[in-house]
Amino acid sequence: MRSEDADARARFAALALPHADAAYNLALRLARSPETAEDIVQDAYVKALSGFDSFRGGDPRAWIFTIVRNRFYDLARERKLKATAPLSDGAEDDFDYWDPDQETPEDALARKDEAARVRGLVDGLPPRLREVIVLKEMEDLSYRQIAEITGAPIGTVMSRLSRARALLAQTWKAQAEAVR
Amino acid sequence: MTDCPDKAMLLEALLDGELDAVHAAEVEAHVAGCAGCRAALDELTAMRLMLRAPGVREAAPERLKVRIAAAITPDRAAANDDRPVSMLRRRAPMAAFGGVMGVAACFALALIVTPMLSAGALEDELVASHVRSLQASHLIDVATSDQHVVKPWFDGKLDFAPPVIDLAAQGFPIVGGRLDYVDHRSVAAVVYKRGRHLVNLFIWPDAKPAPAGRHTRDGYTLLDWRQGGMTYWAVSDVNPNDLGAFETLLQARAPR
Repeated sequence: MRSEDADARARFAALALPHADAAYNLALRLARSPETAEDIVQDAYVKALSGFDSFRGGDPRAWIFTIVRNRFYDLARERKLKATAPLSDGAEDDFDYWDPDQETPEDALARKDEAARVRGLVDGLPPRLREVIVLKEMEDLSYRQIAEITGAPIGTVMSRLSRARALLAQTWKAQAEAVR
Repeated sequence: MTDCPDKAMLLEALLDGELDAVHAAEVEAHVAGCAGCRAALDELTAMRLMLRAPGVREAAPERLKVRIAAAITPDRAAANDDRPVSMLRRRAPMAAFGGVMGVAACFALALIVTPMLSAGALEDELVASHVRSLQASHLIDVATSDQHVVKPWFDGKLDFAPPVIDLAAQGFPIVGGRLDYVDHRSVAAVVYKRGRHLVNLFIWPDAKPAPAGRHTRDGYTLLDWRQGGMTYWAVSDVNPNDLGAFETLLQARAPR
């Protein structure tokens, strides 16, 4: 093992490892399965290390998010995951709100854990809307950073975010009324 | 969500901190006098608090952190195969063959589809960028009517020197310039004014010869041409004839 290589690995570890939690959170909301999310994050880190030469500064968190996200879509294509079927660009419009594989709103309501209920709301969105919610509301990235991570124009990021919020609000209210 | 549909995205941009001080003040003033928008903004804020509540964001399990550390540490050379672990773990030899065929098919499809998609996508991207420049002023990174300020401002921020051409005497004063990100690269955007309309002129190096074009998208006119190794795209909602005159004026003055 050359010492340059060891140095690069050490620099990579210092830069990238602190973002493992954020990377996992994004992977988990995209894949909606802890086991798959772990695979995605590990694959992403291995891939990030092999492409570390091409990392030219900037926000390492955004860089890791980009790789995590790409790995999710690659894996979804590889496995043709049924649960994440709406992958084509127009598919976010023909919208399957509650996946058959996901818990129903009633199940979600029955859960006592408020945080899990909120996650269930997010998981009900199509993947392209889930990712903007995670990147904006949970990670507080700028529109421009989200555009670079998702490879979409900023106008598209804004409209996706707007749709995601409208859908979340709608389901949130529907749940609140069901409780009453 | 609000009684003022034209304000919906502005409310979100305000919440997200994407508006400049002037526009933020305008939107805040509107919200102060509009109960519908105030309720909508409250709802957006409540939803943000809900999504940011402790416990919603899930931390990586310790075993994953250990796995990652092992995979990127040199003395565990066996773990350093660059192939994704999920592939190593799950893929049977026969499936690998199918994978190769699948990849080949994807490439073939990508080769056919990409050129068709890319043209329209670029125009959409430019219009989106233009529209956004009307909303938030971080889109004018350097605000000045002086071309001699805008030009050096780009130096060192881009790997090329975009021509910044003064057309104030012809009725197109410069408002400012900014860096933008279009078609997966950093580009220069020089912002001109025509009456109350803005014109975004996007410039990046591209030596590929292609005929000049005229396009319309959602009421915006886009003109593109190539000159002196640069690609130019002018985007505006100004009268198309005025934009045509703008193009002619620039072509006569830009380096060849």
